[in-house]
Amino acid sequence: MRYAMAIDTRKCVGCSDCVVACQTENNVPIGFCRDWVSETVDGTYPNVSIELRSERCNHCDSSPCVRCCPTGASHFEDGGIVLVTHHKCIGCGACIQSCPYEARYSHPDGYVDKCTFCIHRVRKGEDPACVSVCPTKCMFFGDLDDPNSEIVNVLKNRKFKALAPEAGTKPQIFYLV
Amino acid sequence: MKTRRDFIKISALGLGATAVTAGAAKAVLGSSLFGNENENDAETLRRVATYCEVCFWKCAGWAHVTKDGNIKKITGNDDDPQCNGRLCPRGTGGVGMFSDPDRLKTPLMRVTKDGQQTYREASWDEALGFISTKMKDLKAKHGAESMALFFHGSSGNHFSNLMKAYGTTNLAAPSFAQCRGPRDVGFEATFGESVSSPEVTDIRDTKCLVLIGSHIGENMHNGQVQEMSEAIDAGAVIITVDPRLSTAASKSKYWLPIKPSTDIALLLSWIHVLIYDELYNKEYVGKYAEGFEELKNHVKLFTPEWAYGITTLKPDLIRKTAREMANASPSVIIHPGRHAAWYGDDVQRTRAIAILNALLGSWGNRGGIFFKEGIKIPEFPHPDYPKPAWSWKDLLDGKFPLANEAVTNSVIEASYPKEGKEARIKGWIVSGTNLVAAVPLKAELAKAMQSLELLVVVDTMPMEITGFADVVLPECTYLERYDDIRATAHREPTLCLRMPAVEPLNQTKPAWWIAKQLGERLGLGAYFNYKDYSEVLDWQLKQVGSSLEEMQRIGVKKSPRKTSPYIETGTDHQFKTASGKIQLYSHELAEAGFDAMPVFTQHPEPQEGFYRLIYGRAPMHTFSRTANNPNLVALMPENSVWINPQVAKIWGIKKDQYVWLKNQDGAISNFSVKVRLTERIRWDSVYIVHGFGHHHKPLRFAYGRGVNDTELITNVMMDPIMGGTGMRGNFITFLKEDPRKEIES
Repeated sequence: MRYAMAIDTRKCVGCSDCVVACQTENNVPIGFCRDWVSETVDGTYPNVSIELRSERCNHCDSSPCVRCCPTGASHFEDGGIVLVTHHKCIGCGACIQSCPYEARYSHPDGYVDKCTFCIHRVRKGEDPACVSVCPTKCMFFGDLDDPNSEIVNVLKNRKFKALAPEAGTKPQIFYLV
Repeated sequence: MKTRRDFIKISALGLGATAVTAGAAKAVLGSSLFGNENENDAETLRRVATYCEVCFWKCAGWAHVTKDGNIKKITGNDDDPQCNGRLCPRGTGGVGMFSDPDRLKTPLMRVTKDGQQTYREASWDEALGFISTKMKDLKAKHGAESMALFFHGSSGNHFSNLMKAYGTTNLAAPSFAQCRGPRDVGFEATFGESVSSPEVTDIRDTKCLVLIGSHIGENMHNGQVQEMSEAIDAGAVIITVDPRLSTAASKSKYWLPIKPSTDIALLLSWIHVLIYDELYNKEYVGKYAEGFEELKNHVKLFTPEWAYGITTLKPDLIRKTAREMANASPSVIIHPGRHAAWYGDDVQRTRAIAILNALLGSWGNRGGIFFKEGIKIPEFPHPDYPKPAWSWKDLLDGKFPLANEAVTNSVIEASYPKEGKEARIKGWIVSGTNLVAAVPLKAELAKAMQSLELLVVVDTMPMEITGFADVVLPECTYLERYDDIRATAHREPTLCLRMPAVEPLNQTKPAWWIAKQLGERLGLGAYFNYKDYSEVLDWQLKQVGSSLEEMQRIGVKKSPRKTSPYIETGTDHQFKTASGKIQLYSHELAEAGFDAMPVFTQHPEPQEGFYRLIYGRAPMHTFSRTANNPNLVALMPENSVWINPQVAKIWGIKKDQYVWLKNQDGAISNFSVKVRLTERIRWDSVYIVHGFGHHHKPLRFAYGRGVNDTELITNVMMDPIMGGTGMRGNFITFLKEDPRKEIES
């Protein structure tokens, strides 16, 4: 089992519903976020294009955050989900420094926090909150090891890319282009 | 200067309405504002049916309530075709409307203390008693018609009922003259009906979607955004006409960066190409339209080459895009848009859009514009309303002959003495609309608010308008109240229920209760013949084969259609015009003294050093009403002014620098605004998102953030046909230093 996400940049309108859904689902304190929207603009007027991306922890296969954690708070769960056990976290911030995606933040309660792929929902067979709320249905979540899953299907049929592949972390969020 | 109504900042009073401390707020708000780790509580949440009030789309959803009475989250109802189980960021962030620490908490009454006007807390009984005494007095002195209602949203229905029972039909919504009015009148003059809300555009099944300045995806009209996404998947051709590379433009096959204010020239040249290249849908036009020969003669000279000099769009691009539309006919939509009050000839522009749809055969065909079907909810029994001696129509003095809803600006202008004549309107109730930010005629609004004998504002938040009221009534949010059934006419007839998820916070009350209380005090109890609004809903739902109990369980009920959404082949469809035919040539407009077919008018262009002010929406905010919502402020705390880097170079303006904006009449923005340098906009225009720049300090998250575009809209181009306030004829320049600082020193 290998959980991953594919996000269709052709359909995303950058509305940030994923961000606010994550916030209410996971009680992320206001002023912080586990996911966010990036915009890249290319070209000069009038030959301009933009790409909108909903970004979050890439739940990397080769995760520097897990490697550098001195207490074992950052760890892998089933399906490759990278999690932080809050009560084991001492808030040293080494993982924040090591992440090439700036996906982690210091929670005001003293621990490091980030996207969990909504593991509490996934275990019940639901999609993560961001995926389930997206008005454009531009996000796909699923198991890369299941050949019949929707995510495998879209990745087979569409061009895609990952962010900062040069970091060598083997990210598991794919952007359909 | 001593004024009748000093503007009062509600926070400065040391009342219940001032800021609560963080500790107290946590007790009231629970976790949604402050956050804690409690991710696995889904089983303990109670699910309550609601529909959203953060915008007019009114998506049905579920409020998820914790055991201690806090609203943890709101999700969409899978059965609602307006949202398909997926709310937009504002709907998801609707929890912030409930948890906002700056909400109005108690009734407030204007009093003079030590020579200073201020508010003091009042009981509901006292506040309602004051208003009803004043209203009785106004009725006796000036007639009931001297009262007017300004409204937006669901609460308006309750106050409309009150006002009609009281004896006035002066019920004005900014959504007509400031927004969709020109579009509706233009479509009615062509097809005999407009496109409704939610719009009956069949985007889901279209092959070609043409957007004229409509920025779907930034205007987060949920169902439309969802359908545009489906259309992208299905490979539909999208053509976007916009001086800015909007999100929709970035997803389009063709982006036409038109010179602003020249849309009618482009539309006429498209009509020219369709007719003279014989690309129009001949069968449809022959069967359903009249006035084709007149139209053909009219557009003879409006070639793409003619339009090029006006619009800056290349003739081959105009031809190519016209062919794309024709190829898709009749599964093509020239989108009617929504906010259409741009240049004062807006009915004529939307007429041109409607004519294009007619030539392509889109109305009544799959992938075009479909026929809606809905369920009519019967009115709860009440005595007949009294017939008023006069209405808002009598305020128009023969102007705006096609206005079919009250024109806000005319009602405002009738609210102060003019040319020696006494004001005809003496009192206002304002419900759910921050007129100060919504209406561009600031001087007239200010005069009116100083002249009124009674100004009551009902709102959930201390918006700027509340500072001018005699009495402020704190309404509870949509999450704490019953409202009317949402009976939507669209692809499928749909009923949705809104019920209280939690008890109203503080002293806040639902609009139905406020209206009923006022009604009873005015001796109009017979119009409010129920104890609780749930009785009205249960009675109404039972008339249409449901019940309150059923709707509380399911939230949304869909019914199968009885009629076809499209013209059935072989039938002779009658449109809702007088002749039953689509009006390419409008006799109605000609008889009223207007152009029977759209004509291009050259509008003023910016002077050197000035840029056209274009404004629009962001997906995470609704007008100015969400600017203090903690959850949505976190997504977008302020607006920015979009400037092309070439322009910024001339001015020496850097990225993220804060500048003040000054318009052609010398109006200067209240606050400074952050610069966004972007290639996504023309050199002759700047863009800001509407709804920011609040100057009311009680709005702690919104105060002083960004600029309010309506401060800079001093040139209003009135649509003579229906009274729309065209707002895009304003030009701004940049001030790099604080202009007010200079004045002080």
